[in-house]
Amino acid sequence: MTSMKTTRFEDVSLGDQLPALDIPVTVALITGGAIATRDYFPGHHDKDAAQSLGSPHVFMNILTTSALVERFVEQWSGPQGRFRDLRIRLGAPNYPGDCMQFQGEITALDASSRTVEVTLRGKNSMGNHVTGTVAVTLP
Amino acid sequence: MVGREYGRIYAWDEVNPAMVRQWCEVMGVDNPLYTDAAYAATTEFGDIVAPPAMLQAWCLEGLHMNNYPPGSTDENPYEVLSLIEAQGYPAVVAVNSELSFERYLEMGEKLYYTTLIKDLSDEKTTGLGTGFFVTQVMTFYSEQAGADDKVGELLFRVFKFKPAQAAKPAPAAASERPAAKRPLPGISDDTRFFWEGCDAGELRIQQCKACNKLQHPPAPVCQHCHSFDLGYRIAKGSGELYSFVVMHYPEVAPFDHPNPIGLIQLDEGVRLPAGLVGVDRNELKIGQRVRVEFQTFDDQLTLPLFRPVSD
Repeated sequence: MTSMKTTRFEDVSLGDQLPALDIPVTVALITGGAIATRDYFPGHHDKDAAQSLGSPHVFMNILTTSALVERFVEQWSGPQGRFRDLRIRLGAPNYPGDCMQFQGEITALDASSRTVEVTLRGKNSMGNHVTGTVAVTLP
Repeated sequence: MVGREYGRIYAWDEVNPAMVRQWCEVMGVDNPLYTDAAYAATTEFGDIVAPPAMLQAWCLEGLHMNNYPPGSTDENPYEVLSLIEAQGYPAVVAVNSELSFERYLEMGEKLYYTTLIKDLSDEKTTGLGTGFFVTQVMTFYSEQAGADDKVGELLFRVFKFKPAQAAKPAPAAASERPAAKRPLPGISDDTRFFWEGCDAGELRIQQCKACNKLQHPPAPVCQHCHSFDLGYRIAKGSGELYSFVVMHYPEVAPFDHPNPIGLIQLDEGVRLPAGLVGVDRNELKIGQRVRVEFQTFDDQLTLPLFRPVSD
């Protein structure tokens, strides 16, 4: 849950770890996430279509991955954090039944803009589903 | 083709609280800035705003492919992918999605985006196959009474490729996801005693019955006296760190990363490489005392691992 207590720029040091976040990957999250982001590509909601593409099951779309990255960072920053960018690289697919474990670390601080860079990864049983950085301005 | 710009693609819906709330519900995002008007009234926005990661979703066409709202361009910003596909590169995988935000979006804003083909790589071969990296930049605007307002940007890179191996048809019981397992050792008559020792919780080191010297890894012949008459001795399992490496990249499942690996000098005098457990990678020291412990992976492979001890 996003804490109402906001992380302030002064609270943060280089190398600080974000609290880890485990995301159970379910059919509901994959299909619901695809539809909530208006992405009707069949591989995200139709198991037969996904299997005809060579995948064992439906797989998570990128817009859901971006949303979960936002959630992971926001749960640490609190509601006063303001996202400047969200840059991700995609890796192993997220299939139902897996669990994606987010880890993140503060890798840059800019005092003049009170902006921090979080370097993160979301790892599942096959490796990194997502790696990337997020820049957030803190109060 | 590189440098070509494509016209506007509009959003079907204005930025609206219902789609925001449903997105937050599915994603597990509970930041009150997006759904709680009373909280949002206390912020610099004065009212709820849209989650930044939703930016691209506003402008997707929805259920019917290429069914864009009235006013959108007739051009197809994705034609470059069709052109590459026609040359024999059928598969596509997204590689990078880089969103940047000028500001947060308020309810009622009407968005559109334009597309730039930023880069098209030379033909590359990766683990997936051979093909081209295509980089597009989508710039998102909000319609305003005066000049439209740039609100964000998406750099999107895909790999359009010919798969290295023809895609295997999904097996009938394909719902089992392929969890990565530890690679199994190749076991020969010369090395079997070592692995059977691991299963029994013993660290067995090959010993020559002729000259009594030890050697590791196991071999068919004594490296000291060339005798073929070999047995083994059970090591105490204690030693010191002779050298180590911490693997950061590439990250290969199922190993943990960073992955510390030690070269252990056993008290009996021989060295063996093994995984290290319970170590802080910044505090690893040559000469540090370590002790063996056995861990079983995937219910089939028992490995000797070494943990720092204080003595």
